[in-house]
Amino acid sequence: MIIYGVAFLAFCTLAGIFVGELLGKLIGVSANVGGVGIAMMLLIFLGSYLHKRGILDATSEKGVAFWSAIYIPIVVAMAAQQNVYGALSGGPMAIIAGIVAVAVSFALVPVLSRVGQKKNLTASTQLP
Amino acid sequence: MYESLMKVLTSYSLLSGFAIIGLTMWVSYWISNTFTKGRLHGSAIAILLGLLLSYIGGAYTGGTKGIVDIPLFAGVGLLGGAMLRDFAIVATGFGVSVEELKNAGFAGVLALFVGVGASFVSGVGVAMAFGYTDAVSLTTIGTGAVTYIVGPVTGAAIGASSQVMALSIAAGLVKAILVMVATPFIAPYIGLNNPRSAVIFGGLMGTSSGVAGGLAATDPKLVPYGCLTAAFYTALGCLLGPSLLFFIMRGLVG
Repeated sequence: MIIYGVAFLAFCTLAGIFVGELLGKLIGVSANVGGVGIAMMLLIFLGSYLHKRGILDATSEKGVAFWSAIYIPIVVAMAAQQNVYGALSGGPMAIIAGIVAVAVSFALVPVLSRVGQKKNLTASTQLP
Repeated sequence: MYESLMKVLTSYSLLSGFAIIGLTMWVSYWISNTFTKGRLHGSAIAILLGLLLSYIGGAYTGGTKGIVDIPLFAGVGLLGGAMLRDFAIVATGFGVSVEELKNAGFAGVLALFVGVGASFVSGVGVAMAFGYTDAVSLTTIGTGAVTYIVGPVTGAAIGASSQVMALSIAAGLVKAILVMVATPFIAPYIGLNNPRSAVIFGGLMGTSSGVAGGLAATDPKLVPYGCLTAAFYTALGCLLGPSLLFFIMRGLVG
């Protein structure tokens, strides 16, 4: 049944966010520590376990697939409620600070992509 | 008749949200196919339209929640709110390859620290250029450039003025919005086309909404990888901001 998939997804999300809250309390920060990430790990590992056991069948998985497919519209709805007006009326310093932070972070993506990459790539470039 | 229509649209708000966003998606994909021959993703245009609607909403009502502050569009707020957003992001994890995650694990963790550090230094640098010299203001604006949550959390902890806190929130908002808008255009130049670089991208950018929107507009398959690392970013910022980063700033500028 599709509801099994939706319920399973809801369970994973709630459990992950809950663990994230607990971790935040434990470390003493006023933020959720990786709740969504923990929920996702739970979904991946518990999901594959239940799938192997035949508990989560193809029909149930449709309950997860639907929410995965509705993701982009939800992101669009999220974009429509960002405080764009507030961001742009924050003045030049706030805008420049945001732009510089994003530009630097973008530039670092290819740099870090090389870290821990398979050794053979670096070995072959070092040869004369 | 108008009143009855409004009554239905506001009391069935989530359904209005589905209808409004569905229409936005249709218009976006139509624009994408007609004017850009599909080169600019429909989802990228939809996110741009969403941000534009939000600007109009904010300018019209003076509120902080974009289009959602107009009662007719309250359902959009429910649809795009934290609950359904997290629900859908977790759902995208279902197709994730564990091998890819393991492969990027170390680089992802490194990206988190480098990302918080790089954004913080950028924010502090710009604040200095604009004449701020005290450790509290510099740290608050720097952490605002990390995310718009880390800024005020740090500012409140170290006693920043409300004006500086507002600036730090604005800097974080600019970052989130810019990541959403710019990612699909920058992606080809920084090799953002595989799960590994998406994990690193999520760790470096960190702003959950920015990463969620930016990757959706670039390639929906990459979304779970980026969001997984980004989920830890704000917490790391909140942890480092009022402690290590503030102590460093105090040591540097006194």
